[in-house]
Amino acid sequence: MQITITLNGEPATAEAEPRTLLVHFLRDNLGLTGTHWGCDTSNCGACVVLVDGEPVKSCTMLAAMAEGHEVRTVEGLERDGKLDPVQQGFVEEHGLQCGFCTPAMLLVARELLDRNPDPTREEIKVAISGQICRCTGYTNIINSIRWAAEHGEEVTA
Amino acid sequence: MAATEQAPVGFGRMKRKEDPRFIRGQGNYVDDVKLPGMLHGAVLRSPLAHARITSIDTSAALQHPQVHAVITGKDLEAQGLAWMPTLSADTQAVLATDKVRFQGQEVAFVVADNHYAARDALELIDVDYEPLPVVVDPRTAMNADVPVIRDDKEGQTDNHIFDWEAGDETETNRVFDDADVVVITQEIPFQRVHPCPLETCGAVADYDGVTGKLKLWSTTQAPHAHRTLYAMVAGLPENKIQVIAPDIGGGFGNKVPIYPGYVCAIVASIVSGKPVKWMEDRTENLTSTGFARDYLMQGQIAADRDGKIRALRVDTLADHGAFNATAQPSKYPAGFFHIFTGSYDLEAAFCTVTGVYTNKAPGGVAYRCSFRVTEAAYLVERMVDLLADKLEMDPVELRMKNFIRPEQFPYTTKTGWTYDSGDYPKAMQEALRIAGYDDLRREQAQKRERGELMGIGVSFFTETVGAGPRKDMDIAGLGMADGAELRVHPTGKAVLRISVQTQGQGHETTFAQIVAEELGIPPEDVEVVHGDTDQTPFGLGTYGSRSTPVSGAATAMVARKVRDRARLIAAAALEVSADDLEWEKGRWFVKGDPEKAQTIQELALASHGVLELPEGVEGHLDAVSVYDPPNLTYPYGAYICVLDIDPGTGEIKLRRFISVDDCGVRINPMIVEGQIHGGLAEGVGIALMQQIAFDEQGNCLSGSLMDYLVPSSMECPDWELGETVTPSPHHPIGAKGVGESSNVGSPPAIVNAVVDALEPYGVTHVDMPVTPARVWEAMQKGTTEPPQ
Repeated sequence: MQITITLNGEPATAEAEPRTLLVHFLRDNLGLTGTHWGCDTSNCGACVVLVDGEPVKSCTMLAAMAEGHEVRTVEGLERDGKLDPVQQGFVEEHGLQCGFCTPAMLLVARELLDRNPDPTREEIKVAISGQICRCTGYTNIINSIRWAAEHGEEVTA
Repeated sequence: MAATEQAPVGFGRMKRKEDPRFIRGQGNYVDDVKLPGMLHGAVLRSPLAHARITSIDTSAALQHPQVHAVITGKDLEAQGLAWMPTLSADTQAVLATDKVRFQGQEVAFVVADNHYAARDALELIDVDYEPLPVVVDPRTAMNADVPVIRDDKEGQTDNHIFDWEAGDETETNRVFDDADVVVITQEIPFQRVHPCPLETCGAVADYDGVTGKLKLWSTTQAPHAHRTLYAMVAGLPENKIQVIAPDIGGGFGNKVPIYPGYVCAIVASIVSGKPVKWMEDRTENLTSTGFARDYLMQGQIAADRDGKIRALRVDTLADHGAFNATAQPSKYPAGFFHIFTGSYDLEAAFCTVTGVYTNKAPGGVAYRCSFRVTEAAYLVERMVDLLADKLEMDPVELRMKNFIRPEQFPYTTKTGWTYDSGDYPKAMQEALRIAGYDDLRREQAQKRERGELMGIGVSFFTETVGAGPRKDMDIAGLGMADGAELRVHPTGKAVLRISVQTQGQGHETTFAQIVAEELGIPPEDVEVVHGDTDQTPFGLGTYGSRSTPVSGAATAMVARKVRDRARLIAAAALEVSADDLEWEKGRWFVKGDPEKAQTIQELALASHGVLELPEGVEGHLDAVSVYDPPNLTYPYGAYICVLDIDPGTGEIKLRRFISVDDCGVRINPMIVEGQIHGGLAEGVGIALMQQIAFDEQGNCLSGSLMDYLVPSSMECPDWELGETVTPSPHHPIGAKGVGESSNVGSPPAIVNAVVDALEPYGVTHVDMPVTPARVWEAMQKGTTEPPQ
């Protein structure tokens, strides 16, 4: 079947089997490999993308269900050559190591800051609690998101 | 603390060179590799833990319109590829021919247009199994009435793999027989766990039938060693094999072994003439790839009544699963477990380890540790706490009393290790200071009066990392020395090629900083090439915290070779004797006349230019180095864990975790701290949440992240780090390696804290994982009534 979504602000269409998961549709059919797959059971969160602005585990959503919806992936964070503050924050505060969980972490952070521009450490912990990182032990991820909250305007200016 | 704005020329906090691609989703992991015409493989796995295969019918699968091939063990047998060597001189079935020996074992490999179709076709393969009795408990594996799992091995009549010992048994017994000593005996299991990197294992094999070249992208921590083993197993010439470890989504020891899926992808590419990708799913990762630990230890400690520890003894039963596929230097079947005397000055020590086969997945990999150091550290740190409890001494005071003293280094332990350097009391004091230890104890006393359960756990570990001297250490006959190659281009920009590669540790940054420190050129000017056997010198890979101790040393040495050559060229350019030149970061200058100098950049150009070179000096500044470490390095640390337990539910809440690490000289402190954070979080998982468990039929009960729990942000406190710096005297830059320290040191600190919290109940030991259920059970079984 033909599936059309709005991907990072642009229409994107591809043929896919009806059973195709959104994560595979993005990676295999549309060729954007920034979204990762990690567990099959919606536990690890490596596949999170924003669907209509909400974090969604794309391994548990059929691509067909995203038809007509807006999907934002890590590739859509940088705009006009300017990094999103959360991207810069992860670099500044060493919020990533192997980088495998990073794209989804960034999107969850973006969504959190959109609704809560000045989150506490505890609020950040809750927001990223559906995302597994095996490398960082989370402290630096929380620092990274705090960095973005504190420096957001500088970077986007 | 954030990275500095300005990158240092050399060591110091610096943003990572890797990050720009990862934050844009532009990393290139194995599953991101997409080649024209690529096919997809999937593995059919055994549903039974032990069964004879009576028939495999692949005809229905082969009729699937999208299936290109189905490979079985019989097909591989015809090529002599049904079995492969493990890293421990054992063999492992690539695809089962005679029997399956663990649930999840590889039985057949389907190659199809895409992975959905490949998975569909697995359902169409019909395998007849004749179930056999299952051996699950290592304690009964050697009984006479249990089946022989490895009846494929000639002369194998039981499930025994090896017996190994270290230390002096007679001397140790003499101390234990002393009537005056206090002896404590405790069974201490270290449960089977799994490294569980976020990226599972996989490979893309691309065999070119015309050139005969095999290109293999794979999730490997040891690309060079894998290349050599593929050459030995498959009979392909080694010059025609290129192994590429692209970006790797975490390894933690899980990606050291060669897995059957890699071999199947290679065979499938050769057979089909097309590239073949195989990526396992999470269940396959947890149930079939390298597990860790699974040591059942009987510990005994002997001490004088005043708290002087005199001897340690341990008998260990090691469950290695169905194939002995653990990875460690060949001479040491129990890895470096004989460092179990820890950080203490003992009179005697003795350990035995017996390895057995069971019907479980193979492994025994060094999960974020240097070959069984974690098991050893857990044992000694629990035993010391049990002793403190018995003697009613503070656990810190007991440790302080028994530490190897700073003036005793280099210190040779009773099991033969020579610790390079250390100041243990200093690290312990620093941890106490950060924790506010005395205040914590006061708070605890007040809480106990109110019936609240607060625990303070202490551990002190010494690791042995950076394997290792090649005279003592090899894996599959390959000595554990590593190479580095440095090219300096005419404009003074450099390319460093190293044998080790990153799975997140930041080699592209750290290794550039080593060159920067040695040559005085900015790290931005040093490109680090790694993870491609065609592009880099030979070496054994990244595990056992060996990148910095071994390859980092090779990098410093190769930079020094460049510097030495630059000196001769500087002498020619400045028309002085080389002896008259002095080095300062980035340039050679004439002693007493510092204005008369040549920078590395000028010398790089001169070395490529028309300057008449001194006799015997080749052009260019390029150099190659192979580093054979004279000894291992011995990082250590003092850890304190503070936690609270809900007496009603047994739920544990980690409140604080203080980690003071001494890993010698820190190249990039930001990266070092990140490594420590990550290991601590993994330690929390091991201590409190994780076990790869089996039922009596050998069914794996921990095959998904629903059952095998990994810590989230909610379980991890903000880590509080401190440091002391005691350089390694024999390492060129004094660094010791740090990637694994905190995974080694944290489980005993956490368990000691739980036991400490439960002291009012008379609890002296709780097994990992310390789940709320285990806490509750321990409270019920405690020997004393808690205060009301």
